[in-house]
Amino acid sequence: MPGNWWLINRAYFIFMIRELTSVFIAIYLVLLLILINRIAAGPDAYRAYLAFLATPVMRAFHIVALAAALFHSITWFTLAPKGLAVRLGERRIPDAVIIGSNFAAWIVVSVLLAWIIL
Amino acid sequence: MKHSNEPIWWSLFAAGGVVAALMVPVLTLLTGIAAPAGWAREAFTYDRVAALVSHPLSRLLLFVVISLPLFHWAHRFRFTLVDLGLKGARSTIAIACYGAAVVGTVLAAFVLISL
Amino acid sequence: MADPTITLEIFRYRAEQETEPSYQRYDVPYRDDWVVLDAINYIKDRLDGTLSYRWSCRMGVCGSCGMMVNGVPRLSCAAFLKEYYPDPIRVEPLANFPVERDLVIVMDDFMEKLGSVKPWVIRDDTPPLSQGERRQTPAQLDAFKQYSMCINCMLCYAACPVYGLEPRFLGPAAIALAQRYNLDSRDRGRSERQAVLTSEEGIWECTLVGECTVVCPAHVDPAGAIQRAKVSATVDYYKDALLPWGKR
Repeated sequence: MPGNWWLINRAYFIFMIRELTSVFIAIYLVLLLILINRIAAGPDAYRAYLAFLATPVMRAFHIVALAAALFHSITWFTLAPKGLAVRLGERRIPDAVIIGSNFAAWIVVSVLLAWIIL
Repeated sequence: MKHSNEPIWWSLFAAGGVVAALMVPVLTLLTGIAAPAGWAREAFTYDRVAALVSHPLSRLLLFVVISLPLFHWAHRFRFTLVDLGLKGARSTIAIACYGAAVVGTVLAAFVLISL
Repeated sequence: MADPTITLEIFRYRAEQETEPSYQRYDVPYRDDWVVLDAINYIKDRLDGTLSYRWSCRMGVCGSCGMMVNGVPRLSCAAFLKEYYPDPIRVEPLANFPVERDLVIVMDDFMEKLGSVKPWVIRDDTPPLSQGERRQTPAQLDAFKQYSMCINCMLCYAACPVYGLEPRFLGPAAIALAQRYNLDSRDRGRSERQAVLTSEEGIWECTLVGECTVVCPAHVDPAGAIQRAKVSATVDYYKDALLPWGKR
């Protein structure tokens, strides 16, 4: 198979995009760790870092990273039922229920975090 | 199983994937877009942010949010590089990726403990 | 008014007369209830008897007629001409397998992998015939039935980029088949199959591209079978590591 096999068709391409979302998430986490470190260094360091994050390049990165994180979340929750065959008594819980509860948990966690932080 | 330690990396990948899926979008929005743009200024004043981050539960949450998704990235990126044709360097790639995640985890622990 | 026709562009390779494959174009009658296999049979019967290909039941249960139709792994008996008409249809041998001749691929690797997962009920005891058959409840059957529906058509191997990149990968159908027995309440052989499943080039090679499940004509969901195998192998691993006294 050629090295550009993932460009052959749409499904392979979207798969590769899905895998590469992890790179954007990892970079974001490094930036988050730096943010915490800057907070520890005092108010001036914190404000300087925020100003850095406000530059066009960093803002563009975070918009892309947000899109990547959303794509990861959506594909992850949609594929989650494949690993689990949860049975309630005699019957297997339908995939839609597992997917639905994952998305519900996502909303709850996001709202909770936003509420704590804001 | 007995002769393969893949389950360790895979379970870290799975845990990291769940944590990332649940928490990274809202955190990216808040720390990467909202705070620098000056939205909700009162929420992101230094004193408030410093107090929020230093709370022991926050430190724990931040450690989990940073460390586990890093292992998720490491495992996923390792296989992506192999899928892109870098098969010959399999062990080197694995060591580099998981090594980077370990380094990130240690750094996170260090930063969060010494806050 | 001429009857409508459709063009098939078919991969040809005959080792005794050429070193490189080529494509040959044939114009066949277009009927809206014909499938690609009908068109190929027309070619073989009326236009070019030298074309080689596999087929049998022509109704989607034997798994013989797998081919690449416009780059997608399909059963040629399930791909209707009307899905493509009036555009030409490119027909090629199943991807990721060595080509024997024309549309015929070498499936030895696949057959070997199916056998390697010990696809039979493994038990120590053999009760006497008078005791009758081993019975299962509908729920017990339900637990593995989906994975028993595989028709061994190899479309999943053609769709899997991991198999394309690494031919030693155990592959979707073989792992789904292993799960068919692992999840069968009559079976006691899970630990025997684990060695193969968790070996290098076993379940851990899978990166959940998911195309195997998309192309499967029997709704086996091999991607799901592999994910469940990863989960149960991981649970076993931690059980062995943390609770070593429990012997299964």
